[in-house]
Amino acid sequence: MGVAVEPWQTAEIPGPKKALAITNPQIVVSLIKRSKNPIMVVGHKAAEVQLENGLLIDYIIRISERAGIPIVSTPSIQSEFIKRGFSRVIGMPLVDIANRLADPEWAGIEGKGAHDLAIFIGFTYYVGWLILSGLKHFSPQIKTISIDMHYQPHASWSLPNMSLNDWGKNLEVLIGGLEVK
Amino acid sequence: MGEEKNLRIKIGELKSDIGLLRNLEISIGKLIGEEWAEEAGPTVFPSITDLREWDLKILQRYKPFYMPFCDVCCLCTFGKCDLTADKRGACGLNMAGQQSRIVLLACCIGAATHISHARHLVNHLIEKFGRDHSINVGGLNVEVEAPVTRLVCGVKPKTLGDLEDVLNYVERELTRLLSATHTGQEESNIDFESKVLHAGMIDHVGMEVADIAQVSVLGFPKADPEAPLAEIGFGVADITKPVILVIGHNVPSAAEIINYLMENGLYGGVEVTGLCCTAHEITRYNPRAKIVGPISWQLRFIRSGIPDVIVVDEQCIRADTLVEAQKIKAPVIATSDVNCLGLPDRTKDDVDKIVHDLVSGASPGALILDPAKVGEVAVKTTLLAAPKRMKFKAIPDTSGIIEDAKRCRKCNECRRACPNDLPIPEALAEASNGNLESLANLYEECIGCARCESACPVGLQIHSFIVKAAEKKVKEEKYKIRVGRGAIQDVEIREVGGPIVLGEIPGVVAFVGCANYPKGGKEVAEMAMEFARRRYIVVSSGCAAMSIAMYKDEEGKSPYEIFSGRFDAGGLVNVGSCVANSHIAGAAIKIASIFAKRRLRGNYEEIADYILNRVGAAGVAWGAMSQKAAAIASGFWRLGVPVIVGPHGLKYRRMLLGRKDKPEDWYVYDARTGDKVYVGPAPEHLFYGAETKEEAMVMIAKLCMRPNDTTKGRAMKLTHYIDLSKRLFGVIPDDVHLFVRTLADVPITMRDEIIKILEGKGWKENIIPDPTLLPRLVRKRGG
Repeated sequence: MGVAVEPWQTAEIPGPKKALAITNPQIVVSLIKRSKNPIMVVGHKAAEVQLENGLLIDYIIRISERAGIPIVSTPSIQSEFIKRGFSRVIGMPLVDIANRLADPEWAGIEGKGAHDLAIFIGFTYYVGWLILSGLKHFSPQIKTISIDMHYQPHASWSLPNMSLNDWGKNLEVLIGGLEVK
Repeated sequence: MGEEKNLRIKIGELKSDIGLLRNLEISIGKLIGEEWAEEAGPTVFPSITDLREWDLKILQRYKPFYMPFCDVCCLCTFGKCDLTADKRGACGLNMAGQQSRIVLLACCIGAATHISHARHLVNHLIEKFGRDHSINVGGLNVEVEAPVTRLVCGVKPKTLGDLEDVLNYVERELTRLLSATHTGQEESNIDFESKVLHAGMIDHVGMEVADIAQVSVLGFPKADPEAPLAEIGFGVADITKPVILVIGHNVPSAAEIINYLMENGLYGGVEVTGLCCTAHEITRYNPRAKIVGPISWQLRFIRSGIPDVIVVDEQCIRADTLVEAQKIKAPVIATSDVNCLGLPDRTKDDVDKIVHDLVSGASPGALILDPAKVGEVAVKTTLLAAPKRMKFKAIPDTSGIIEDAKRCRKCNECRRACPNDLPIPEALAEASNGNLESLANLYEECIGCARCESACPVGLQIHSFIVKAAEKKVKEEKYKIRVGRGAIQDVEIREVGGPIVLGEIPGVVAFVGCANYPKGGKEVAEMAMEFARRRYIVVSSGCAAMSIAMYKDEEGKSPYEIFSGRFDAGGLVNVGSCVANSHIAGAAIKIASIFAKRRLRGNYEEIADYILNRVGAAGVAWGAMSQKAAAIASGFWRLGVPVIVGPHGLKYRRMLLGRKDKPEDWYVYDARTGDKVYVGPAPEHLFYGAETKEEAMVMIAKLCMRPNDTTKGRAMKLTHYIDLSKRLFGVIPDDVHLFVRTLADVPITMRDEIIKILEGKGWKENIIPDPTLLPRLVRKRGG
C-alpha cells in the first residue's frame, strides 16, 4: 500500500508493532459487532471537518446511533452533539479518557465495566498518535481503531492515509454496514 | 542532606620569616548563612532522596500516564530493545521505566542548561565586579532576595560569591541525577519521576542564581511594576541603520555591545535587536534595544536581510544560523563555549584583524569568548558591513515565488513534515496561479521551523514564500512589551497573599515557555487577556511573554499597555527571560513565607504542601518544546503548582493526572484535628495537555481551586469555572458537585441551577479543613 500505511507525519515512526490497515470498512463493522463494550472517542476536529454529506460530527453521530456506541468527546464540542439532539455523549478531556481507558478497573463511561474496544476519530494527527501510543503500551485489555483520514500506527487497526473525499466515502460504507440498533 | 561549610580567612597584616603580607584573604569556601537567625528546616541542601517521601505522596495522587514517543530504547549497545507493550529490554528496564528515564534525561538537560548559564554569568560578573558585590534584586522592597535558594539550600546569599556555593550544590546534584539514567541504575519509574522532580527543583535554584546575579549587577529593573515599555515585532527595527541581531539567552556579550555603542556615542546610529531571551535581557539592560520576537522568528528575520551582524550566545539558537547568515552575507560572532558553530577561536586576535576578516568575507564568522571584545568587534563589523551588504536578503520576490511554485510536484512531503499539518501543497497550487493569499494565511500558524523546506524534493524555499506572501502583515508587526521586571516585591506579596490564599483573587496564572504553538501565538495573548480581565494575576516570561505582546486590541494597544504591571488582580506581569521564571516560583514561596509566615529556610516539604493546598496558581506553557521548559515545569510540580501544556506538549510523553472519580485520592489531614477530610479534586491534575485553547482556559480556572479556599473564594472560582465552561463548551461542567463543599460555596447568581445539580448527584455537605498532606503538621491528633 506504500504511503497509505506510513505515518502521515513523516517523522512519527513508531516501532516494531504497527496498526493493521483497514482495507475495507467492513472490518470495522465486524470488530464493532464482536466487541462487548465499545466506546467512541471524538476529538475537536469533528466539528471542523466538512465532508460531502455534512460535518464529520454528523457522520460520527450516525455511527454511534446505528452501532449503539456511547461517545466521549473533547469537551469543547460536546454542545455540538447536544445541538444535534444527540445525548449519548460525555465531554471529557482526551488525556482523562485515555488515562481511564488504560485502567482495567475502570467501570466504563456508562458503568457497564471496562471497555474492550475504543474507536478514535477527530484528532490532530500527532495528538491521536501519542494517545494511541499510550494505550498500545499500557492497556493490553483494550483494542483501538483509528478511523481518522490518516494512518495511525499505534492503533490496533487504522484506516490508511486517504483523501478527504475517500475518507467520507469509507465512513459512508462503514455506516451502511452497521445494523440499526 | 548536604552541607556547605567552608572557610574564609582575612589577614590585615602578617609578619613572618619570609616577609610581610598585607590584606591577605584566603577563601576556602565560606560559612554561609551564619547571619540568618531563622532556624533551619529539615532539608537544607537536600540530596536526591531527602524529599522522596513528598514526591511519592504527590505521585500517588497524580500518577504518570505515559505516551511513548518511540517503542524502542537505543541508549546502549545492548539495544535496540523493543519495549512494546511493557516488554523488558536487555538491561531489564520496562517501558514505564524507560519513559520516565527519558523524562529525567530531558529535565537534566534543561537544568544543566540553566545551571551552566548561571555559572557562566556568576563567573563573568565576579571577574568584572568582584566576589563581594552585593545581591540586590529590589532594594528595600525585596527583603527575601532569593526565595527558592533560601527554601532549597537554607542559605541567604548576600554577595555574588555566595552564589558560587549554591551553584556547587546544584552542580553536584545534577551529576547524581544524570548518573541515575545510566544503564543498570534506577529501575522504578516512580523513583525516576521523583528524580525528575528533584531535577526541576535544582533547575529553579539555577535559574534564580542566574537572574538575581544579573539583576543585582547589570542595572536591570529591580522588581519594578512600572518597568518601561520596549518595542517588539518584526517591523520595529529601523532598517536605514546598521542592525546588530543578538540571539540566545546569556546576556554578557549583548550587554557589552550596548556598552561599546554608548561609550563611543554610537547608539543612535546602530540598531540593537534581539531574538529569544537575550532579547528580553537587552531590553532589561537598556529599553532602547528592540525585541524582534520569539524563537520562531529567527529564520524569517535572518532571511529578511535586516541584520548586518548576528551575535549568538547560547540556548534555543537554530543550528543552521551560520548557513542562513551566509545566505544574506552577514557575519556571525559566536560567544559561548557551548555553541562554537565550528568557527575559529579569535578570542586572542587583534580586533581590527577580526573585523577585517569578517567584513571582507574572508571568514564567515568568529568565535570570541571575551564579551568586551565581542562588543567592539560586533559594532565595528556592523558599521563596515552594513554599507557593503545593502540589506542583502534571502527571500525571493513575488514573481520568483509564482515561478517556483510551478515546480511543486504535489507530493505532500512538505505537509507531512509540517508540525502543524498546514495545507502547504494547496497554498503552493494557488501560488502557481498567481494567488499568494493562501500562502500568506499560513503565516500566523507557521512556527518557522522550515521542516517543509528540508522535506521538499525540489528544494522550494517554502518558509520564505510564506514570509514574503505575508510581507504586509510582517512589516506591520510593531508592538509594546513591558520590560522584564524581575522579582515580585515583598509588599506586593503582603497585599495579595491573603486574597490569593483565601481564594478571593481567583488565581495566579503564569504563561511561560516556548513558541511551538498549534495555532500561533495569538492564542496565548487571548488567554492572558481573558484571565487578566477576570482579575486573575497574570504573569508571563520568555517567548510566551513576547507572544502576549504581539497582539493589539481595537484601539491598537498591546496587552502590556492595557494592563498594569503590578502583581495584583488584573495585572499582567512580565518577569523577564527564562531564568526569570524563578521569580514566579519565588512569588508562590513568598506567599507562604511572608504572608503566612511559614518557616522558609530549608523547609521545602512544608512550603510545597502549603502551596499545593492553598495557593491557587497554575502555569500554562502553551508552546513548550524545550528540555529547559520540561525542567521548569518539573520544578513547579514539586512545589505543588500544576502546569498545562498545549497539544505539542503531549510530546513530553508523560502527563501527571489525577482521577476525580476516585474519592480516596482526595483526602487531606485537617491540621486542626488530624482527621482525614475529603476535599475534592483540587487541583485535579499536576501536568495536563489540552487539545484546544478553549479546553485549556476552562482547565486553568479549574486548576486554580484549592482545598483551603474560603467559601467566598470558592464561589468566585466556581463562577469563573462554570462561566468559562458555559461560554466555551456550552454546558455546565459535570463535576461541579465535587468542588462544592458547603452551600456557601455555590455562586449566588447560579444558585438554583447548581443546587438542582447537587440534588441530582446526591451531594453531601463537607467541612473545610486546615489542609495538609503532612501528618507532622497536625497540631492535635484526631480519633
